[in-house]
Amino acid sequence: MKPANCVVFVATLRGICRLKVMSGRPTYFDEMFGHGTAARAPYADYSKWFADEDTARLLSKSEEAEALFRLIGVTFNVYGDPDATERLIPFDLVPRIIAAREWAKVAKGIEQRVRALNAFLHDIYHRQEIVRAGRLPAEMIARNDAFLPEMIGVSPPGDIYTHIVGTDLVRTGDDEFFVLEDNARTPSGVSYMLENRETMLHMFPELFSKIKVQSVGQYPRSLRKSLSACAPDACNGRPTIAVLTPGIHNSAYYEHAFLADQMSAELVEGHDLRVVDGRVAMRTTRGYKPIDVLYRRVDDEYLDPMNFNPDSVLGVPGIMDVYRAGGITIANAPGTGIADDKAIYSYMPDIVEFYTGEKAILQNVPTHRCSEPQALKYVLDNLADLVVKEVHGSGGYGMLVGPAASKKEIEDFRAKLEAAPGNYIAQPTLALSTVPILTDAGLAPRHVDLRPFVLVSPDRIDITPGGLTRVALTEGSLVVNSSQGGGTKDTWVLEE
Amino acid sequence: MRLNVLHKTHYTYDAPVPYGLQQVRLRPKSRLGQLVEEWRIDVTGGQVEVSFEDEHANAVDLVSFASGQTEIEITCAGIVDVEDKAGIVGPQGGYVPLWLFRRSTVLTKPGEHVQALADSAPANCSDLDRLHALSAHVLEQVPYSTDQTASDLTAEAVMEAGHGVCQDHAHVFITAARLLGFPARYVSGYLMMDDRVDQDASHAWAEAYVEGLGWVGFDISNGISPDARYVRVATGLDYRGAAPISGLRYGNAGEDMSVTLQVQQQ
Amino acid sequence: MLGKTAGGLFWMFRYLERAENTARMIDAGLRISLTRSSAAESEWTSILSSTGLSAAYSEIHGAPDGPKVIDFLLRDPNNPGSIMAGIEAARMNARVVRTALTREVWEAVNECYMVLKRLLAQQVQDRDLPRVLQVIRQRSAFVRGALHGTMVRNHIYNFARIGTFFERADNTARILDQKYYILLPSVRLVGSPSDNVQWDTILRATSTTRAYQTLHDGEVDPKAIAKFLILDGRLPRSLAFCYGKIGDNLGYLEQEYATRHTCQSLADALCSKFKAHDMNAIFDYGLHEFITDFLRDSAALGRQIEIDYRFIE
Repeated sequence: MKPANCVVFVATLRGICRLKVMSGRPTYFDEMFGHGTAARAPYADYSKWFADEDTARLLSKSEEAEALFRLIGVTFNVYGDPDATERLIPFDLVPRIIAAREWAKVAKGIEQRVRALNAFLHDIYHRQEIVRAGRLPAEMIARNDAFLPEMIGVSPPGDIYTHIVGTDLVRTGDDEFFVLEDNARTPSGVSYMLENRETMLHMFPELFSKIKVQSVGQYPRSLRKSLSACAPDACNGRPTIAVLTPGIHNSAYYEHAFLADQMSAELVEGHDLRVVDGRVAMRTTRGYKPIDVLYRRVDDEYLDPMNFNPDSVLGVPGIMDVYRAGGITIANAPGTGIADDKAIYSYMPDIVEFYTGEKAILQNVPTHRCSEPQALKYVLDNLADLVVKEVHGSGGYGMLVGPAASKKEIEDFRAKLEAAPGNYIAQPTLALSTVPILTDAGLAPRHVDLRPFVLVSPDRIDITPGGLTRVALTEGSLVVNSSQGGGTKDTWVLEE
Repeated sequence: MRLNVLHKTHYTYDAPVPYGLQQVRLRPKSRLGQLVEEWRIDVTGGQVEVSFEDEHANAVDLVSFASGQTEIEITCAGIVDVEDKAGIVGPQGGYVPLWLFRRSTVLTKPGEHVQALADSAPANCSDLDRLHALSAHVLEQVPYSTDQTASDLTAEAVMEAGHGVCQDHAHVFITAARLLGFPARYVSGYLMMDDRVDQDASHAWAEAYVEGLGWVGFDISNGISPDARYVRVATGLDYRGAAPISGLRYGNAGEDMSVTLQVQQQ
Repeated sequence: MLGKTAGGLFWMFRYLERAENTARMIDAGLRISLTRSSAAESEWTSILSSTGLSAAYSEIHGAPDGPKVIDFLLRDPNNPGSIMAGIEAARMNARVVRTALTREVWEAVNECYMVLKRLLAQQVQDRDLPRVLQVIRQRSAFVRGALHGTMVRNHIYNFARIGTFFERADNTARILDQKYYILLPSVRLVGSPSDNVQWDTILRATSTTRAYQTLHDGEVDPKAIAKFLILDGRLPRSLAFCYGKIGDNLGYLEQEYATRHTCQSLADALCSKFKAHDMNAIFDYGLHEFITDFLRDSAALGRQIEIDYRFIE
């Protein structure tokens, strides 16, 4: 099974640097220092505090944080390595700070995008108006493996398909944010966001009394509330919520247990559940108890061996039948992965406009669809400067990073691209922002991205201020993925 | 024609079944040319958990086994009034886009044999004639025979075997029709054979979508389009999507199935 | 609570208790091999038998040999019954039932695992052994302490406690099963020495030497030892004590769930055997037979608990 949290982000900057930089050294927008050496406004107070701190003390705090994470068990599992089955994602204790004003615009853009995503998913599984209107080619749906015919005509409670969204953003300048990916399927990482904040509060209480940071701790409560609001008609009284995990060997198990615990929900596996009296019920010490809302962290393919992959032991036979009969809410809905497709991504500006009647607030990274002859020609002519991604791929597999690739890699990729252009999209390389991390030599800039977490319920969209900042810990690297030397930071959105 | 249907499917197991589920697609619906006057499904040894409409608007019942059963029986009985519409079923309803019916499935994945068959279909004629010709070609190349025991053959494997039953014919036809660009689907249902009351098994045929006419039925095995003797029960992209009963059970019990089916004119 | 969670709690505490008991047995074996080397081999044999690991051991190592047995019981990766494997299993169960535990209990078991993983990474040197055994007992006690200090007294706690006492009673019974013959009244008649090494092992393996001496004015008497370990309700490792607790906890479950299950009747039947408090009756019936019956009945009780509370389907 694909690890659900494995979203690799790779980009590289040499291409764009040639345009921006006169001398040999590239410069990037640093969120703490801008392009200069004085702290930008959001970092002013932190910077003052930091100047008075002793680096050695801070470094020892780093170790303290690591020991704490290990004790709590905030680990992820690595397959195939028996000696290191549990690893920590490195935590850097310099926060990433975003001003309230900067955040407000981002949040507005995310809200618009998430609203459009849900409308899109509803449409795709009903009349497909967007296809009829000629705004999206039917092949984009037809060729998409994540499209589930079993979902056609299904209207989940509140017409919500993606209840929990993680919209990956990158920043390139003061006011320039781009959406890199829409994770409408099963975004993970929210537990790191929460534990990072807990750790910072524990280690630097004085900072939080000096600097007013918007809280993230309400997330589990909001999640519970948001899921409860989507209970099916069959629900009787207070909704029973459960988190479905593939089990303790899953890479994100810690997060599954954490969220269940924080929401006071049961953490269930497929073998705890079965269809009883028309509902999906969990085996408790007192017999079977029906579940109203299942926050599942098991991929569609494995969700129901009777309707999907018959070899799956992670799912619940018949759950799709109960779902279609309105006996349970599955969050996120099956078939939402279609919106994570990179070819669909390239249509997001149109999708936002089609369903909201407004221009998209947040920009997409300009994307060339290799299925289109003109775009293909451009991409083939500029392979060395572009990032080329597989349309349905995730986790960074089958990807070409032009500026970082050798001639041979580029030529090999050219052949693959020419053989099946429809499988690829290409994007320019972006000059990703940096945020300092703490190293033995003091602060040093490193590239970051951001995954804000969004909750959707029938009457509101809830965006936790900030999100999970992932940071490429290796100097110059743009790979923020945890399996490739990426770490995380606490993300602060300041109060007004 | 007023048809009276009695259809029993009886499963016996050589050991108690701790848990099992069956998806049952055995409820015909009233539609153009087909009026379901009455219909009931009774389950012994199990119970209906939920009923819903799937993406093809089939009425589906999810049946669970009573714990520790060694037998389960599903009985359908009802009266259906059918008119002869020369096989025409009409426009595509619901939300399923027509392109979905051009998708190949595991059972309808084309190979060289089916491709050759599709290529042999006449080109200079109407779509309808072309499909009738295709239907005839299928029966020529895959004569009807109940010798085949495997129940889940792919269209390509059927062509290789060189003979088959109604299900196999439908799969070959659907696969070839899709190659020719027609949306096509599998139909499971009942056929009243004129010379008998007790039918061997439920029947299967195919439908293809013809511009201007909508869905048109082709009973390849009998070389005709369905008439007033055909009760249309469920459709899908292939047998698996329209199967009368498909299921899953825990444990290692061996299964034995027997079917009794009576279709007679009232 | 999920049936699986109840089962996970039960097993988590069984594994912890088992690891702790194995550490006590190693301690006893070590003591004997240091003080009476002639008796060492047979003592290691009986310790292996008590843990149910004789066959697994002899398949790999052949005849019992002190250092090999110790390493086998402590950490041998080929021994699924080793202390390290037990702690790993306890922690794995703790991960499964993470949502039922307080953060303190989870951290205690996680830290127990992390500490032992480090201490038992290599074969333990002789000079480090006493300290390692002490750490094992101590870490296990920390978990118990966190359980006592932080967990709500409800069904979650009850299943944890049932697991603990079930395993502890099982352990005491297995030690008695290995040694019952030296506790028979007839042994005394033939005039065994008062510092019988076997008696010593029994008391050490159950960590009850001091308690026994205090309560019996230092008088070592096989019958008294048997009574102490089976019937003495003051001793937290006696069968009577453990089954009293199992009965209590099953009773709390009965109250909380307002349902009486078959396992309650089985537990009552077992408890009644200790309530009579009559050691002579047990000797008359046959000590060996009594213990054999006990092991059989407790196994049946374990299976019944599993069914009644739906640990598995």
